[in-house]
Amino acid sequence: MTAAIAKSTAHSIVESTPRAKAVAGSLVILYAVITILPLVWIVATAFKSQSDAIAYPPKVLFQPTLEGYVNLFTVRTRQTPDFIAKLPPPETWYDKLVRQHDMVIAGPSKVVPRFVNSLIIGFGSTFLAVFLGTLAAYAFSRFRIPLADDLLFFILSTRMMPPVAVAIPIYLMYRQLNLTDTRLGMILLYTAVNVSLAVWLLKGFIDEIPREYEEAALVDGYTRLQALRKVVLPQAVTGIAATAIFCLIFSWNEYAFAVLLTSGEAQTMPPFIPFIIGEGGQDWPAVAAATTLFVVPIVLFTVLLRKHLLRGITFGAVRK
Amino acid sequence: MAQIRVENLRKSFDQFTAVEGSNFTIDDGTFFAMLGPSGCGKTTTLRMIAGLELPTEGKILLDGEDVTFERASARDIAFVFQLFALYPHMNVAGNIGFPLKCQGMGRREIRQRVEETARLLRIEHLLSSKTSKLSGGDRQRVALGRAMVRRPKAFLMDEPLGALDAEFRHLMCGELRDLHDRIGATTIYVTHDQLEAMSMADQIAVMNRGRVEQISSPQEIYDRPASMFVADFIGSPSMNFLRFEGGLHCGDRAVSFHDTDIAVPEIREDRASAPLVLGVRPEHIRFTDAAPVRGEVFGAEYLGTNQIVTVDTAHGRVAARLPSATPVRIGETVGLEFHSERLALFDAGSGLAIRTANGGGARHG
Repeated sequence: MTAAIAKSTAHSIVESTPRAKAVAGSLVILYAVITILPLVWIVATAFKSQSDAIAYPPKVLFQPTLEGYVNLFTVRTRQTPDFIAKLPPPETWYDKLVRQHDMVIAGPSKVVPRFVNSLIIGFGSTFLAVFLGTLAAYAFSRFRIPLADDLLFFILSTRMMPPVAVAIPIYLMYRQLNLTDTRLGMILLYTAVNVSLAVWLLKGFIDEIPREYEEAALVDGYTRLQALRKVVLPQAVTGIAATAIFCLIFSWNEYAFAVLLTSGEAQTMPPFIPFIIGEGGQDWPAVAAATTLFVVPIVLFTVLLRKHLLRGITFGAVRK
Repeated sequence: MAQIRVENLRKSFDQFTAVEGSNFTIDDGTFFAMLGPSGCGKTTTLRMIAGLELPTEGKILLDGEDVTFERASARDIAFVFQLFALYPHMNVAGNIGFPLKCQGMGRREIRQRVEETARLLRIEHLLSSKTSKLSGGDRQRVALGRAMVRRPKAFLMDEPLGALDAEFRHLMCGELRDLHDRIGATTIYVTHDQLEAMSMADQIAVMNRGRVEQISSPQEIYDRPASMFVADFIGSPSMNFLRFEGGLHCGDRAVSFHDTDIAVPEIREDRASAPLVLGVRPEHIRFTDAAPVRGEVFGAEYLGTNQIVTVDTAHGRVAARLPSATPVRIGETVGLEFHSERLALFDAGSGLAIRTANGGGARHG
């Protein structure tokens, strides 16, 4: 008995031993390296020349070049060296770079409009989903709604089937409504998918906020909406941030519907990136450059909201 | 400042009736406590008066004006919540000034009013603190400040001291009453703690299962409970109930209690023979060898100035409050003498008090 007690007090459950810390630390670092390695490889590939990119064994050290980025942002035509020699001297560094490969820049590529599409559709649908989700979650949390549980289940059921299952009906519907290949169509679609997630996540967060806060505001002379805006929202900001990140990640990365429903005007980055491969051989550096560019906004957004995200995920667990 | 009137107020949630036909009037400037066990409907009644809940039936009148379906913000009433409900994203000054901001008052005026209120509550030094850093009592003061700053018609408080520890609660009781005396605003105070209600209120409404059992002054409630529930709920230890069967006649000054006559206050109503209950407060019992009601001492609880002695009698266990000096031996047989003028009689069936010279019969007003 005494021995058992002595044994159980031999280590503290609050303070971990240095060795445990070291092991835990190295595991975390190992995991981080494994996760980050593909990303690092992509960022590196974007600065490689085409031959370095496909070299075997893979090159870790290489001569960096901006070729990948130039190729990503431009459309080029192949010309004979004689033709190039007859041209006036290159005006810019990228003209020069392209001419080294017997090419001439014919114009800008479509990456910028595609990227803008992604931004508009991603952030637009995230804003709408979070906005509608917050209102719906607040209503579900605070009011007695007939069949509330069934409605909540129904809302969630929209996420229960794979997108492909509803792809054809949605395609037909969108064609009827002239929504195919429009930004509005994509925003509506992603909002519809995300709103269920937003309602469920946010309902949890709003449930945690004591009703007394808004009741105090109501008695103090505010209307329901004012109370929501001035008292509930500031306290739900953590949950809203976390929800916004999840919604943005979904709509930013969505591929299946984007391939099916967009081809030109409203095409987003995910279906656009594979097209780069087809233009003038397998241009891996350009693909890597596009991917790098594609990842940047979401990383920025997440880093900006990181504080809220971390608090948001552990919300409820640590709330006093 | 306002008079609050509640007429036939009823509230049901689906199958469950939380408040059943309440009627009462709270006069301007009264400190009115609603007292009762949890689930008795006191908070629901308060929330209906505040406009946070809509009644199923009945009317609420503020200074004679029907506000039953008026929104909370239009009633000019302040509410203090049990958990304070201080907005965590604002500091103390922000919290106190919040109701004024809503009225569109100018910054400077808000500051002035906030400072004035803080001075009244002695929390001027906390104005720029975060609410999460405050002690329980200071949070309570801030919550009160937020209620007061608007100078509302009435204050509604829902167990405002419930979240404080016992020692502090006592201190805040005094502070609240003092504040009420200075401001003089009509206050409705909901609590399940009889000490809070007794020590602060001008009027107490004792509620049970959605019904108001009695509305009177604290003393009246204690001395002349209108029902067995009130008698049992108020007082610690609570009133002793001794059951017997018998008939009553107007003018009788004694009842026949299990073959012995016990003197009671003059009876003011006639009753056919039925199960009755004799109510005796512990402090109205004395040990007298000659007394006809006898029992064996079961235990004694020493409380400093006095002691609570429990005695097992043939009619149940009886608690008596005796001076500490009275020698008591466990197991000894004692006679119990009752202070006849202070006894209460109840109908065992309905639980209502029987009309005697000592009150009873009078129901809520």
